[in-house]
Amino acid sequence: MGLEFATGRLADAVNWARKFSLFQYPFVTACCGMEYMALWGPRYDVARFGAEFPRFSPRQADMLMVVGTVTERQGPILKRIYEQITEPKWVISFGVCASSGGFYQNYATMPGIDHVIPVDVYIPGCPPRPEAVLDALIMLQEKIQTGQGWSQRQYQVEQERKRLDRQQTRNAR
Amino acid sequence: MSHKALEKLRQRFSSSIVETHDFRGDDTAVIQREALVEVVSWLREVHDLELNMLTDMTAVDYLQQGHEPRFEVVYHLYSVARKHRLRLKVQLAEEDPVVDSLCEQFKIANWFEREIWDMYGIRFKGHPNLKRILLYEEFVGHPLRKDYPKERRQPLLRRPENEIAEVLARRGKARSLPTATE
Repeated sequence: MGLEFATGRLADAVNWARKFSLFQYPFVTACCGMEYMALWGPRYDVARFGAEFPRFSPRQADMLMVVGTVTERQGPILKRIYEQITEPKWVISFGVCASSGGFYQNYATMPGIDHVIPVDVYIPGCPPRPEAVLDALIMLQEKIQTGQGWSQRQYQVEQERKRLDRQQTRNAR
Repeated sequence: MSHKALEKLRQRFSSSIVETHDFRGDDTAVIQREALVEVVSWLREVHDLELNMLTDMTAVDYLQQGHEPRFEVVYHLYSVARKHRLRLKVQLAEEDPVVDSLCEQFKIANWFEREIWDMYGIRFKGHPNLKRILLYEEFVGHPLRKDYPKERRQPLLRRPENEIAEVLARRGKARSLPTATE
C-alpha cells in the first residue's frame, strides 16, 4: 500500500514534467503548415505550454504533429518516423486531412492517419484555428497527466502482463 | 503569327493532319500518331517557327463522351524566340494506346510521359525508363482513367486489426483504466 502510494506519486510527478516539456516533431505536408507557423508566433505562442521546441529528428522528439494531407505512398514513411520517436510518445492529428482524409476522397489520399499509427488527439478544421490547436494541446496534457496516452497505456499493459507472469511463476513454485 | 504556323503545317504535312482549328488564337492541329516525331522535329527546326519548348503534355480519356477514339494525348509547344504557341493532339484507340516517345526531341518529355503512363496507361514507344512516377510500384491500374472506381483504395500499409478494434472499443470512454489483455 505504501509502495503503491509512493510510486503513484512519482508517476504523477514524472507525468507533470512530461506534459510541460513536449518536444515536437512536425510532419508538415500541406497548407495546414501555415497555421502551424502561426501557432509558433508571438500572437498564439505555443511556448506558453512548454511545447515550442521542434526537433528535426524524430529520435529527439516525443510528440508527433501530423500537419496536413498524408497520401498512401507516405504511409510507410510516417510509420517509420513514428517508430523512431522515443517512448513515451504522443501523436496529434492536425486538421481534417490528417484526421479523416478531409475533402479528398480518391485513390491517393489516406483516409486518416489512424489507419497507420495510433493518434491521441484529433483537431478538426481546414485549417484549424491556432486556438483549436492550443485547446488540443491542453487536452493532450491532461491525457499525459492521467497516463491515458496510447504509448503510456501500452507500457502499463505491458507492465501488468509482466506482473501477472511473475505472480503465475511464484504460484507455480 | 501563330496562324502562320498552322498554315505552314497544313502545307507541309497535309496528308498527316486529321483536322485543325483555332479558338480565339489558340491553334490546334490533330495529327496522325505515325507522323508525330516528324512533325515535332520539323516544327522545332524550321527557321521562322522555332517551336523549341514543350511547355506541357497531358492526356484525355473520353470514355462515354461520344468521342472516338477514346484517348487523346495533348502537346503544348512554345517558341521562346518568337513567342507563339501551337497545340498538337494525337488520338489513340482504347485497344492500342501507344504513341512514339518525344524524349529524343525534348528532355522534359521523359517525366511527362511517365506521368501519363502512370495516370492513363498510355505507353510511349522508345521511352528509356517508362515506369510510374507519382504512384508506387504496387499500385494496380491507372487512376485517371474514367473507368477506375473512385472509391477503390490500394493502401501500402495498415495497422493490425486488433489495434484498430481496440481504438474503436475505447471511443467514448477514454478515461477508463487500461486492462491487461491477453
